[in-house]
Amino acid sequence: MKSAVDIARDVNAGASAVEELERSLASIRSRNDELNVFLHVDEEGAYAAARRVDEIVAAGGSAGPLAGVPVALKDNLCTLGVPTTCSSKILDGWRPPYNATVVDRLRAAGAVPVGKTNLDEFAMGSSTENSAFGPTRNPLDPARVPGGSSGGSAAAVAANMTPLSLGSDTGGSIRQPAALCGLVGVKPTYGSVSRYGLIAFASSLDQIGPFAKTVADAALALEVIGGYDPKDSTSLNETAPQLLATLDSGVAGRRVGLVRELVEGSDDDVTRSVDRAAAVLRDAGATVVELSIPELTLGLSAYYLIAPAEASSNLARYDGVRYGLRVDAEDVAAMNEATRTAGFGAEVKRRIMLGTYALSAGYYDAYYGQALKVRTQMIAAFARAYADVDLLLGATTPSVAFAFGSKTNDPMAMYLNDVFTIPTNLSGEAAISVPFGTGEADLPVGVQLLGPGRSEPTLFAAARVLEVAEGR
Amino acid sequence: MAPLPNGWEMVVGLEVHTELKTATKLFCGCANAFGAAPNTQVCPVCLGLPGSLPVLNEHAVDLAMAIGMALHCTIAPSTFHRKNYFYPDMPKDYQISQYDLPINSGGYLDLPDGSRVSIERAHMEEDTGKTTHLGGSGRIHGADRSLVDYNRSGVPLVEIVSGPDIRTPEQARAYASELRGILIATGASDGRMEEGSMRIDANVSVRRPDAPFGTRCEIKNLNSLRSLQRAIEYEALRQIELIEDGGTVRQETRHWDEVAGETSTMRTKEEAEDYRYFLEPDLVELAPDAAWQQRIREQLGPMPAARRAALSALLSHPQPAQLDAIEVVVDLELDEYVHAAAAAQADVAIALARAANEVAGNLESRSNLTTDAFSATVLMEQRGELSATQAKTVLGDVLASGGDPAAAAAARGFEQMSSDSLSSTVAGLIDANPDEWQRYRDGDDKLAQFFIGLVMKATKGQANGKSVIAELQARR
Amino acid sequence: MSNVLRREDVAKVATLARLTLSDEELDLYTEQLSKVLQHAQDMNQLDLTGVAPTAHPFGLKNVVRADVVTPSLDHDAVMAMAPDAEDGRFAVPRIVGEAP
Ligand SMILES: [Mg+2]
Ligand SMILES: [Zn+2]
Repeated sequence: MKSAVDIARDVNAGASAVEELERSLASIRSRNDELNVFLHVDEEGAYAAARRVDEIVAAGGSAGPLAGVPVALKDNLCTLGVPTTCSSKILDGWRPPYNATVVDRLRAAGAVPVGKTNLDEFAMGSSTENSAFGPTRNPLDPARVPGGSSGGSAAAVAANMTPLSLGSDTGGSIRQPAALCGLVGVKPTYGSVSRYGLIAFASSLDQIGPFAKTVADAALALEVIGGYDPKDSTSLNETAPQLLATLDSGVAGRRVGLVRELVEGSDDDVTRSVDRAAAVLRDAGATVVELSIPELTLGLSAYYLIAPAEASSNLARYDGVRYGLRVDAEDVAAMNEATRTAGFGAEVKRRIMLGTYALSAGYYDAYYGQALKVRTQMIAAFARAYADVDLLLGATTPSVAFAFGSKTNDPMAMYLNDVFTIPTNLSGEAAISVPFGTGEADLPVGVQLLGPGRSEPTLFAAARVLEVAEGR
Repeated sequence: MAPLPNGWEMVVGLEVHTELKTATKLFCGCANAFGAAPNTQVCPVCLGLPGSLPVLNEHAVDLAMAIGMALHCTIAPSTFHRKNYFYPDMPKDYQISQYDLPINSGGYLDLPDGSRVSIERAHMEEDTGKTTHLGGSGRIHGADRSLVDYNRSGVPLVEIVSGPDIRTPEQARAYASELRGILIATGASDGRMEEGSMRIDANVSVRRPDAPFGTRCEIKNLNSLRSLQRAIEYEALRQIELIEDGGTVRQETRHWDEVAGETSTMRTKEEAEDYRYFLEPDLVELAPDAAWQQRIREQLGPMPAARRAALSALLSHPQPAQLDAIEVVVDLELDEYVHAAAAAQADVAIALARAANEVAGNLESRSNLTTDAFSATVLMEQRGELSATQAKTVLGDVLASGGDPAAAAAARGFEQMSSDSLSSTVAGLIDANPDEWQRYRDGDDKLAQFFIGLVMKATKGQANGKSVIAELQARR
Repeated sequence: MSNVLRREDVAKVATLARLTLSDEELDLYTEQLSKVLQHAQDMNQLDLTGVAPTAHPFGLKNVVRADVVTPSLDHDAVMAMAPDAEDGRFAVPRIVGEAP
C-alpha cells in the first residue's frame, strides 16, 4: 500500500480517491474476518468523503494535506451518526450526534475515514483481548496479540488496510501496539491534540495520536490533527508544530540519554535493538550518555491508581438512563446497577473498583493522594534529565508480541507490560515508538524516543534517523 | 417567634444556591433560559455524552466574583472538583463543583437589624436536570416512574454558605431576604424562589447558651422565606423536645413538608454518600487576575443597605410607612424613580408612595415610564394640578402605554384646576355653609373633610385635597 | 501473602460503583486488587513529605469561553438515544430517595 504522503500528493494531482478507497476496502474485506480489526466499516460515509475529494480536485481545488487518504479510527473516537462502542456492550448501538475534533480535522484535510477499529474495552488493556467484540489478531502472526489498547488501529495499518490510523495513548496504548505490529506510533505532548470527542478513560493522561508505517506519514497526520481547540480546556493555546519541514534535520549535536530503567528487564533481543539504536544515533552525530532515573519504576504504581481513579468517575455516566444499554429493574438504582453489571467486562469492572477504592473516604491519602505526589516527583525527575539531554532512549515494550491468553489471568503481569510507556503519560510529555530490529520469531521490536513537552520536531527527526538506518 | 423553652438557643447556618443570570450554561453554549420545551436546550456537554468536555463560561465567573465582592469575600485562585454520586438528574453522575479552593471565601453580610452573619464561602457549581414523578401523588414517594428534562443541567450556580451565626427564624428570614436583594443588585440572579432560581437548605442545631454546638440536621426543600422560617422553628423545637425527653439528635438530612408543616428523615449520616471528591481533570485552575477583579468591582453598583440609606436620607424624619415603601423600592430596583423625582425638587414622600404602589404594581411595563415622566407626574400632584387619585390614574396610563403625563391627564379630561378657580369655589362654599364654617374656625378639624367633599363634588373630583385644606386654613 | 483488601471492602466499593459481584468475583477481585495495591506500596520508598500533588501535566490557567449561545442538539436526535422516553423526556423506573 502506498504511503499517506504519496496518496495525498497523487490525489491532489488528479489520482482517484475513490479508487484508493476501493483498494483499502478490498484489503479490509480480505482479512477482517480473520483479524477482527474493524468493528464497523462505514462504506457509505467513506465513499461520500472520497467522492467529495475527487470533486474538489476535479474542480481545480486542493483537497488538503490528507487528500484521499483512507484512515482507520479507534472506536473510542466519536463519529457523527456512525456507531461508536469503545468495544463495550454498554455502548453497543450508540451513534454519537457529533464528531470528535480530530475527526472533523481529518475530514477537513481530505482524509477518508473508513471505519472504527477494535480496542480493549474503554481502552483498558494492553492486548485488545478485553474487547466485548472479540480480540484482534496481530497481522504479523495471528496467534499473537497486536498489543493494546489501540490494537485494531495498529492492525489496520500493519495489515495494509489503511496507511494511517488514529489511536489513543493513556499508558502506552499507541506506542505498545505500534511496537508489537512494527509501526511508528506517537504519544503527542498532552494538550497538543484535542481530546474533544475522545471517550475518556483517564482524562489527565489520555492523548490521541497516529499510527503509520513511516515517520513522515505519522508527522503528516499529527500536523493535521494537532493544534489548539477551544472545546478542550486542556488544549495548549499554540500553533501545532510543523514536523515535516524539519523531518530530515538529523540528530547531529543532540544529547541523548539511554535510560537504564527503560530497558531493564527486557528480552535480550529488545535490549540489543536499543543498544544498536544508540549506536546509530551516535554515528549520526549525537552524544549518547547512559543515565538512570530511578523514579520511573514507580510510575506503574502511580499510574494504576491515577488512571483507575479517573476512570471510575469517567465511566459513571454509563448508567442506562440516557443512551446505550439499559437492563430494566424495579427502581432506578437497581437499573443502574443491572445495566453496569451486564454492560461492562471484567477488566473495566476491575479498574472501576480499584479507582473507586483509591478515592474513597479513608483511603484517598494513602493511594490516590500518594500517587499524585509520585507524579510530581516523576515530572521533576524527567526535568532533571532534560536539563542535561535533549532526548531519552529506551525500549517501548519488554518483549515482542506475545501469545493470546498468556497474561490474561494475572492483571499485574499484564500491567507490567506498560512499565516503559507509562512515565511519559504521567509527565504529559512526548514520545514516539519506532520499529527497530527484530526479536523472537522475527517479530518487530519497538524502540522508544522520549522528549519534553513540545519536543515533537526533535523526536520525529531522531526517529527518522533510526528509520533511515533500517533502510526505509 | 416566642423565645425557645427553658433557655435553649438555636444555631443555624444557611446554604443558599442561586442560579446565575448568564446567557449560556456553566460549561457549554446551550441557552440558560427557564421554561423551554423539555430537552431542547441540551448538547453533548450538558447531556454528559461520552467524549464531551466542559469549558468554563467567563461571565459566570464575573457574576460569581460580583457576589463574592458584595459579600466582602476574599477572591482567591480556585479549582473545580468532581463530586461523585449516582442520580438520574445528573448526566455525568458527578457534579462539577468547587471544593477545597472556592473562588470566594471569608466574607460577611450585615442585616438591617445591625447583626452580622459570616459567609464561609460562595463557590461555583453546576445545576442538575429536573425530574417529574408519574403515578402516586406526583411526589417522589409512591411514584412508579420518573421523567427527566436536562434543560437545567449545567446551569451555573453559586452556593453561598453562611457561618453558624443565625439564632432566630426571623434572623434567618432577614438573612435570606437581604441576600436575595444583594443577588438581584449584583445582577447575578433574578432571585425568583418560586422558579427555583434561589434555593435554601438550613443546618439547624440547638444548645444551651455558651455551650458547644449540638449535633446538626440539614433541612432540605425550603422553597420560600415562609417555609424557611417555619421549618427552622419546627426543627429547633423538635430537637429540644427530643433532648429533653432523654434522646439525642442524630446527624441527618431532613425533608421539610410544607403541607404537614414538619420535617422528616431523608437520610442518616450512615447512609450519606461517599462523594470521592477529586480534582476535575478536564478543567484548569481559575485564578482571576487583578485586572479582571477590578473590572468586576467597577461594575458593581450599590447594595441594598446603601440604597436604603440613600433613600431615607432624602427624608428628614422617615415614618414607618415610608421605610416600608423604601423596602419595596429597593427590592424592586425602583430607586432611580425616587432619586430622579428628588432631583426635580418633587416631594420625596409622594414619589416613594407612587413608586412603591403604582410602579411596583406594574413592573412588567416599567420601561414605558421614564424617570422624567414619573417626576413630572409627582410634581403635578404636588402642585395640585392633579389630585392623588388622578395622579395614580395618570401613572397607570403612562405605564400601560408610555407617553407624556400631561397628555395623559388631558386625555382623561383632568383639566388643570387653577388656584384662582379653587379659591373662588372654596369661597362660594364657605358662604353657602356658614354654620359649618364657624365650627371649623372654632377648631373642629373634622369639618375639613366636609368641605373637601363639597369641593370634590363641585369640581367633579378634579381638585387636590391638600390644596383645599391649604385654602381652608388660609381663611380660618 | 495476606490480602491488603478485605472482602467486605470490595463489596462496599462495588455498591459505591453500582456493580453487582458474584461470590466468586468478590473473591477474585479481593485477591487481584490486593496485588495491585500491594505493588503500590513501592511508592512508600520515596520520601514524599512536603511534595505537592500533581493532578494536571501542565498548569494552565483561566481557560474560559465567551457567554454566547451556540446551537443545542436537535431534540429528536437527543431522544433517539434514549433507552426509554415519554413526553420528550428521558423515562426511568421509580427513584428511591431524594438527591443528596
Ligand atoms: Mg452544592
Ligand atoms: Zn449544553
